[in-house]
Amino acid sequence: MRDRPVIYGGLAVFLAVITLPFWRGIESGVTTKGPELARPATARQCVASTEFMKSSHMLLLMEMRDQAVRSGDPWYVGAGHGTYTISLTGTCLEQCHGSKTEFCDRCHDYAGVAPGCWSCHLDAGHSTGSLTAMRSSR
Amino acid sequence: MNLSRKAFLRVSCFSLLGAAMRKTAAAFGSTFSRKVQWGMAVDIRKCARRPECTACIDVCDQAHNVPRVPDKRHEVRWIWKDTPEHAFEGEDFRYSSIAKLPVMLMCNHCDDPPCVRVCPTQATWKREDGIVAMDWHRCIGCRYCMAACPYESRSFNWVDPRPYIKTANPEFPTRTKGVVEKCTFCVERISQGREPACVEACPEKALIFGNVMDANSEIRRMLSSRDHVTRKPELGTGPNVFYLL
Ligand code: HEC
Ligand code: HEC
Repeated sequence: MRDRPVIYGGLAVFLAVITLPFWRGIESGVTTKGPELARPATARQCVASTEFMKSSHMLLLMEMRDQAVRSGDPWYVGAGHGTYTISLTGTCLEQCHGSKTEFCDRCHDYAGVAPGCWSCHLDAGHSTGSLTAMRSSR
Repeated sequence: MNLSRKAFLRVSCFSLLGAAMRKTAAAFGSTFSRKVQWGMAVDIRKCARRPECTACIDVCDQAHNVPRVPDKRHEVRWIWKDTPEHAFEGEDFRYSSIAKLPVMLMCNHCDDPPCVRVCPTQATWKREDGIVAMDWHRCIGCRYCMAACPYESRSFNWVDPRPYIKTANPEFPTRTKGVVEKCTFCVERISQGREPACVEACPEKALIFGNVMDANSEIRRMLSSRDHVTRKPELGTGPNVFYLL
């Protein structure tokens, strides 16, 4: 029974190693809560319900893009009432969600997606500033 | 299956004929059934009253975030100025009164655009209203369209354009390195019922925009009352930018 310290020591080391990911997670402050999103600038409900936007905003954007560019029809009729001018910068960002960095980016960074739209589309409020700085920040 | 040689030949002949008819009908149909074909008339002499004026170029570049790249090899242009000799290659201007006048050039929005034919992704296509439009989301930067265009109306973004845009217009996206761009007759303004930006900006009203399919439009009245030329008509592309002499 003289190797008891060795056994318990080994067991402790084993447990520490196998639970390492959890400790690392706690240390870096990862939660399952998701990112803190800045509220939409003005409207509470924009073109569609929050649930729909969460799950399908990328598909909606593709639909809007095709409607505006390929069909030449820049007006989108929202789920509620009201017609919106299709514009990623002017409507999605400026009118509805305010800042790209505090809304889109926060969630995308969390989810690990990086849509390539911003190499062409401008961030609201960056119209006169340094365009190159904006791109490298993304 | 039991098919006699005669029946086989008959069936093949009819199917070939059918296919050919469809092609022919499609080719003619698209030109003749068009109700709207936007076009532009450029009054060379009116324009030349202000030889230093660049109002149309400036307003276009500003509206569409066209970069001003100093390196000529990487130049991006939607509407630009050239000499008659370059614009109308093959013409003899030695004794002509317009020999020294500037000529505004842009995409001709051809009836039968060669760029559209060669584009492998339909990133450029001819709209119902005759505009040869661009979908930058589809452009893969192959530059077939640039090789096909006989008017050098298309530019490639060899470098990131953003450093060369002084004050960006937030209403229009920029482009990125690796895509082709050109004049779109301001589709974004046309959908709002407005004229192209260059037409609005010209202090001499030297640019006349309108539907060339409408015999009562201003542009058609202009074209029927004055002599005019188009660029390289012998190629059969059917340009819709006309130069009033
Ligand atoms: C290569 C540059 C480029 C990229 C990348 C790009 N776009 Fe665009 N997009 C444009 C241009 C230029 C227009 C304007 C076209 C017009 O008005 O004819 C446009 C128009 C649009 C429009 C309609 C009008 C507007 O201004 O918003 C939508 C919606 C859109 N794009 C969505 C997207 C989305 C979503 C992405 C990313 C997945 C994206 N685009 C990526 C260049 C780009
Ligand atoms: C609540 C989180 C969240 C917010 C907020 C959010 N997105 Fe997304 N977005 C996602 C997720 C997750 C994906 C990836 C979905 C997938 O790949 O199936 C995505 C994908 C996209 C895509 C497609 C990317 C691709 O590569 O196909 C686009 C475009 C996009 N988002 C645009 C936006 C814009 C613009 C905003 C801000 C106005 C925004 N998103 C805000 C979560 C979000």
